[in-house]
Amino acid sequence: MNQLSIPVLTDELMLPSLQPVRLIDETGTAAAGRTSKENYPLPEEQTLLRGYAQLVTGRRVNDQASALVRQGRMAVYPSSHGQEACQVAAAMCLADGDWLFPTYRDTVAVMARGVDPVQVMELLRGSWHSGYDPYEHNVATQSTPLATQLLHAVGVAHAAKLRGQDTVVLALCGDGASSEGDFHEALNFAAVFHLPVVFFVQNNEYAISVPLSQQSVAPSLAHKAIGYGMPGERVDGNDLAALLAVLGNVVQRARGGGGPSLVEAHTYRMQSHTNADDASRYRTEDEVRAWEPRDPLLRLRSYLLAANLLTDAEEGRIAADAEAVATVLRDGLNAEVTVDPQDLFRFVYSTPTPQLIEQAQLLAEELSREGATS
Amino acid sequence: MTTLSASPTAADPSVQTPPVTAAQAPAAAAGAAAAQQQSLTFAKALTLAMADSMAADDTVVIFGEDVGVLGGVFRITDGLTKRFGRERCFDTPLAESGIVGMAVGMAMNGMKPVVEMQFDAFAYPAFEQVVSHVAKMANRTKGKVRLPMVIRIPYAGGIGGVEHHCDSSEAYYVHTPGLTVLAPSTAADAYLMLRDAISSPDPVVFLEPKKLYFARENVDIDALRAAFESTAAATSIGRAVIAREGTDATLIAYGPSVPTALAAADAAAAEGRSLQVIDVRSLVPFDDETVCSAVRRTGRAVVIAEAPGFASVAAEIVARVQERCFHSLAAPLRRVTGFDIPYPAPKLEQHYLPGVDRILDVVDELQWEDQ
Repeated sequence: MNQLSIPVLTDELMLPSLQPVRLIDETGTAAAGRTSKENYPLPEEQTLLRGYAQLVTGRRVNDQASALVRQGRMAVYPSSHGQEACQVAAAMCLADGDWLFPTYRDTVAVMARGVDPVQVMELLRGSWHSGYDPYEHNVATQSTPLATQLLHAVGVAHAAKLRGQDTVVLALCGDGASSEGDFHEALNFAAVFHLPVVFFVQNNEYAISVPLSQQSVAPSLAHKAIGYGMPGERVDGNDLAALLAVLGNVVQRARGGGGPSLVEAHTYRMQSHTNADDASRYRTEDEVRAWEPRDPLLRLRSYLLAANLLTDAEEGRIAADAEAVATVLRDGLNAEVTVDPQDLFRFVYSTPTPQLIEQAQLLAEELSREGATS
Repeated sequence: MTTLSASPTAADPSVQTPPVTAAQAPAAAAGAAAAQQQSLTFAKALTLAMADSMAADDTVVIFGEDVGVLGGVFRITDGLTKRFGRERCFDTPLAESGIVGMAVGMAMNGMKPVVEMQFDAFAYPAFEQVVSHVAKMANRTKGKVRLPMVIRIPYAGGIGGVEHHCDSSEAYYVHTPGLTVLAPSTAADAYLMLRDAISSPDPVVFLEPKKLYFARENVDIDALRAAFESTAAATSIGRAVIAREGTDATLIAYGPSVPTALAAADAAAAEGRSLQVIDVRSLVPFDDETVCSAVRRTGRAVVIAEAPGFASVAAEIVARVQERCFHSLAAPLRRVTGFDIPYPAPKLEQHYLPGVDRILDVVDELQWEDQ
C-alpha cells in the first residue's frame, strides 16, 4: 500500500458502526442488523434456542457461585451477572480447535466451552491457581493480571499460523484492560503479523469503581482498532443474537486469513466487582435499575416466546439443565477439597531443584511431626 | 559430569583476546579431542548455538527487536534470517512485553521461542509477563502447560555504555521461582549453555555479559556439538564449574566477573597465594554441592559480582555457604560487588566495577594471621 495516500474506504471498513449492532431489541423484537458496511442476519432459530439455554445456565452459575461465596465455600467470585450474553457468545462462536483466553470474570464462558465446573472453580475456591487442563478444551487459564493474556492469545495464533493450523483465538478483556500497555501491544502485534485473533472487549462500564469516562475519551473502544489497522465493531452486549452474528463474522474473517478484529460489546456489570466490593460507593441504584430491563435473558426469552420457539416444556427442561449444573457446583464445592502440600514443590520446574527437594522434605517432616502429636 | 567449560586465564579482563585453555573434551567426544580448535568469539558461539538448535528442531524460533536482517545490535542473530527464513527469525514491533507475552503463547502452542531483549534495562517493560506468566504458568497449571522458552538478555557493564545499558539485573530474575537463570562466562559455555537452555522444558533467562561478547577463545566446536548431542539431559543447568584450581581461598563468580576473578587469581599466584575460582554459571538452580565442597577445601571465600551487593545474588551465595560450611571456614565470607548505587556513567564505571585490586585487598583481609 502506498503509505502516503490512504484509501478513503479504509476508514469506513475499519471504523465501527455509529450504533452498536443490535438484532433483538429490549422488547424482544427483531431489529434490522444492517450497518453501513455489514448486513448481519439473525442467527438460526435452533442456535438462538441453544444460546438461550446457555444463558439460563450461565445466570444460574453466577448466582450459585455468589451464594457459595456467602456460604464460605469459595474465596471470591467476580460475577458476570448481566453479561451472560457476552460469555455465551464468546464460547459459541468458536470451533472445537479454536482457543479462548478468558479473564477472572469469564467463568461462564469457560464453562460454556465445556470445562468441568468444579475444576473451573479451583482458582476461586482457593485450592489451586487453575484447576483445568488448558489443552483439554483449548481454554487458557483465567487471567487475573489485566490484558496480559491478550499477548498469549497472539502467541498461540502466531504459532498456529506458522504451523499451518486452522485455529482462531478469541481473547476476552474488559473496558479497564483497554488502558493497559499489553492491550496496545497485543493488538499491534496481532495486526502486524496478520494473525487470526478476535479481541473481544466486554465494556461493562466499570473497572471496579472507575467509570469508562475516566478510562478513555475515544469515541468508542472499538474505534481504537483503526489505530492498529484492523476493523472494529460495536455490538449490543446484552443481545445474544447480535453478538453471535458479529463474533461469527469476525471469527470467519480470521479463519479465512483476514487477520484480527476488535469487537466492543456494550454491557453492564449488574453486581459489585466481587463480593468484597461495594458498588453503592460509586454508582447509584437508579443507574443499575435502568439496566434491568435490558437484561440479556429477558430479551431473548421474549423473542423466543413471541416466535413460538420456547414452549413451557422446553423452558422446564432448560431450567432443569441449569439446576443440574448448579447442583454439580454445590456438591463439588461443598465437598471438602483435599490439597496435597507436596504439590507446592512439584510443578515449579519440570525437575525439582535440589533446593526445592530440601524444602519439600522440611515441610514433610513438619507435617509428619504434627501428625504424630495430633 | 564432564566439564566442558573453557577457562580463560586472562591477566587483564579488559583485553579482548585472552589466551584460553582448551575446551576439555568429554568422554563421548574423546576421539575429537585433538581435532580442530578454532578461534571463536563469545558472540559467535551464541549464534552457532541458535543456528544448531534451529537446524535440529524446527519449532525453535527467534524474535525480538532488530534481530532479523540486521542480526541484532550485537549481531548475535547474524545470518539466522538469511539461513532459516523470516518465519524462523524475525523482527517484532518495539515492545518488550509484547515480545515476551507473544513468546508465552507460542510456547503454549508447540514452539520454542528464543527472544532477545536488546539491553538489560530495556527488558523491564516485560517484567510482568516474566514474573506473572513465564515463571508461573507450569505451576499454575500443575505442569499441564510448560513454557520451553529462552529470554536472552545482554547484560552488565564494563563496555562504556550510557545510562540504562549496563544493569546487572539478575537479582530480579533469580528471586522469581519458576525461572532458570543462566550466566555463562566463556565462549564454550555460551554455546553449550544456550543449547541447554533452548532444550530445557522450563523457561530460561539467559544473561549474556556484554563485555565478553567479543572476547575470543580457542574452542573445538565439533567437540562441543558432540558433547551436547551425546548427553540426554541439560548438563550445564544447575552445575557450577571450577574455572581454576587453587588451595588458599575460593573466588566465587559468575558471568562478567569470572574473567576478573581469574585475573585476580593470576595476580595472587604471582604473590605466592593460590586462589581457586568457581564459575557459578547457573544462578538458578544453584549448585550448592560444587560451591560448598570447594569452599570446605580452602576454608576461605570471596564472592564477586558486578550487581549492587545489597540483597543480591552475591548476598545469597554468602548466606548459603555460611549456613552450610560454617565449621569449615577460617574466615567470614566476604563480597566484592558493585556499590549500592545506580549504574554509573562511563567515565566513572571503573570505580564501580569489582577489579583485581579490590578483590585482592579483600582476599588479604581473610584473617590469614589466625593460621
